[in-house]
Amino acid sequence: MQIFDKGKIYDFMGVRHLFLAISAILFVGSIVLLSTWGLKFGIDFSGGTLIQVKYDKAAPLDDIRKRLDKAGIEGASVTEFGSNEEVTIRYSSSNESLGSDVGAGIAEILDGSGNFEVRKVDVVGPKVGEELKKSGLMAIIVSLAGILIYIAVRFEWRFALAAIASEIHDVIITMGFISLMQIDVNLDTLAAILTVIGYSLNDTIIVFDRVREGVQESKENKLTAVINEAVSRTLSRTILTSLTTLIAVFVLFFYGGDMIHDFSSIMVVGVVVGTFSSVFIAAQALIWLRFSIEHYRADLAEKKRLKKEKEKMRAMYEKGIV
Amino acid sequence: MNFKLIVLIVTFIFSVVFSIPSFLQLEKGAKINLGLDLQGGLHMVLNVKLEEAISSKIKSVAASLSYSAKKDDLLYSNFAIHDKDFEFEILDPDEAPKFDAILAKIPGLNITKNGNTWIVSLTESEAAATKEYAIDQAVETIRNRIDQFGLSEPTVARQGKEDILVEIPGVKSAEDKQRAKDLIGSSAHLQLMAVDSKRQDRAQSMSDAEAAKYGDILLEDAKVEGYKYAINQIPVLDGNMIVDARVAFDPNNNQPIINFTLNSEGAAIFGDFTGANVGERLAIVLDNKVYSAPNINERIGGGSGQISGGFTPQEAHDVAIALRSGALLAPVVLGEERSIGPSLGAESIAQSTFALFLAGALVIIFMMVYYGLAGIIANIALIINILFLVAIMALFGATLTLPGMAGIVLTVGMAVDANVIINERIREALRQGNSVRVSIKKGYENAMSAIIDSNLTSLITSVALYAYGTGPVKGFAVTMGIGIIASMITAIVGTHGIFDFLTPNIEKSKNAKLWFGYKLEGSK
Repeated sequence: MQIFDKGKIYDFMGVRHLFLAISAILFVGSIVLLSTWGLKFGIDFSGGTLIQVKYDKAAPLDDIRKRLDKAGIEGASVTEFGSNEEVTIRYSSSNESLGSDVGAGIAEILDGSGNFEVRKVDVVGPKVGEELKKSGLMAIIVSLAGILIYIAVRFEWRFALAAIASEIHDVIITMGFISLMQIDVNLDTLAAILTVIGYSLNDTIIVFDRVREGVQESKENKLTAVINEAVSRTLSRTILTSLTTLIAVFVLFFYGGDMIHDFSSIMVVGVVVGTFSSVFIAAQALIWLRFSIEHYRADLAEKKRLKKEKEKMRAMYEKGIV
Repeated sequence: MNFKLIVLIVTFIFSVVFSIPSFLQLEKGAKINLGLDLQGGLHMVLNVKLEEAISSKIKSVAASLSYSAKKDDLLYSNFAIHDKDFEFEILDPDEAPKFDAILAKIPGLNITKNGNTWIVSLTESEAAATKEYAIDQAVETIRNRIDQFGLSEPTVARQGKEDILVEIPGVKSAEDKQRAKDLIGSSAHLQLMAVDSKRQDRAQSMSDAEAAKYGDILLEDAKVEGYKYAINQIPVLDGNMIVDARVAFDPNNNQPIINFTLNSEGAAIFGDFTGANVGERLAIVLDNKVYSAPNINERIGGGSGQISGGFTPQEAHDVAIALRSGALLAPVVLGEERSIGPSLGAESIAQSTFALFLAGALVIIFMMVYYGLAGIIANIALIINILFLVAIMALFGATLTLPGMAGIVLTVGMAVDANVIINERIREALRQGNSVRVSIKKGYENAMSAIIDSNLTSLITSVALYAYGTGPVKGFAVTMGIGIIASMITAIVGTHGIFDFLTPNIEKSKNAKLWFGYKLEGSK
């Protein structure tokens, strides 16, 4: 079975303006969303208390709210989680004292509202929240920096910048989605974003690898033509891998349970955006960065020459001529 | 047989052997640890209040200065203890050298003399060392306490500069959880202190400020709410001199009491003090509450005493554990708590395992349909890949968390990537009219740089995630990282071995459609 016609070169660069426009709209839209709606930080980062309670029949939301109010827990939000039997209760304060147990406290407050089980209690103090936020940001920055250095060494600095540009594109749009859906930003959300980075980078590098190969081997002197060829030749792979990954992510989304629902929905968006950006954005960034085929060829030739010279020297040295 | 095939077979055998204990949940052998989010339990990050370790150290220096000064008959007044230092005034300047001598015996002190007023604080390095010691000691103490509590496989580890990570799997009921938290959190700071008999009568109406003027502090009674004691703020001795604590029962009323034993230094101080203060009252203070304040009838040698005071047997048991395992030099507060009920954990495992198998099956079918026999070869690599991942995680005792499970499912989707790249390259080479043998060789050669570059960059992200992530995110990074390495071994080396082994058959069959799921022009 095959999806794409064998060896056909598609003119991606010819239609790039259309896709750039789509991507620009998504990108700007995401930034607008992020600066107006903003991100809804979950308790991992903002600190607070989250309790998950499961009833044996539909949860009495109003009764729960009334009881919490009466117990003096201010600003608690009570929402259904997954099904109408399960609720999450969330409020912004956290109790630092080891002496009083939050879960037991809530169980006492809700006593009499039906048969229930406290399934999960998360308490994050404000100090820990700050630390988690800081280390989360560090994780993103360090991984981007590491990638930048790696690609700059293995390819060329323009490839590295182009890859990072397309990563930032993906991260912003994914975060725009998170803002739009008002998904709680928690540690696993962060893991999802980093996975999106890793995944999309994979895609981009595979395209770039072909661009590099094209520059070295094809007779073509126009960058857009080389890019067209590279993207076309990797297209089946790009689509296939996106498909298998999407299969996995959708399975997680539908069957993985409520706890990884947000995680997998972010991944779905991330994989789609990542695939899109490696086809249209990453290569475009190369053009914007004024990547020059001639220079790159000259660089490679120079590198080759130096290497040869070195080998020659070594050979001469080993034979004892010098 | 070729070298690459042997690598694959060895990897397969290795993976099967070491993943069996995890899959079948055997008693013996290394298994993957299930994270608390999968098995249920209590996860806490405790912040250690290190500043209080400094003030408690200052107090104990003050106590030993006052003990030595009294022993040598040296006179001082206006003794006052603050958070980071204490001060006193010497009455006879001629005695200054003797005070110097006493203080010189205690290392790490900074002494500022302002006429006859001396201010004693810790040097910076001593303060840092005290903090360091306090957190190490807190980890040790909490570990001892949890061990004695009798819970299975708890983890107590230092995290960062001033945090302690505590994980207790299998804490199920709310009562158990509360008890564990009480035990960990009780600072169990035992002090023996002198009651200020001159002012005790007025203690109920005195203010804290007034008490401080006399060098006293007001402490509440543990049983009688609101009843206060005026107590000399310099303790007679500190709980770190306790060597043992046991629960016993008072023969008079059958109430549980705690007998404690002091080390030789403590015993000497205790003996001297009781000998010199017959008729006075000695307060037994636990965590700043007075449990009892008996009259001293005679000198108490031997260095043992008891705490009585309306404990339930379980409380007495837990307090004894806390005393035995040592006091916390600095109190701890809850920074983060995550507790997950066992039913939720089991549900998460069931759902994610199902997702794993479903995703695996779908990807396997897809690969077979698309690539034919080459797809089956990729699938073999995929299956070994997952077994290998499980085996490595088991061998390293890595913890599998819910995001980690998601990571494995994702690995299934992404693991075939290398083989997709290779197969596409093989098809491309075939299309250009190369022979099967050359196409396979070219396919692997051409695909290699892309595969290595893309895998190494993914590895960089997972290392960053591991380095800066905590808890479940770390677990996710581990599975991702191992998954990437596994797929490099199985998908690049392993499948190459299979292809090399089968090349003669592929050449003979001349059926590219069957082998590569792709019809060559001019072939059947």
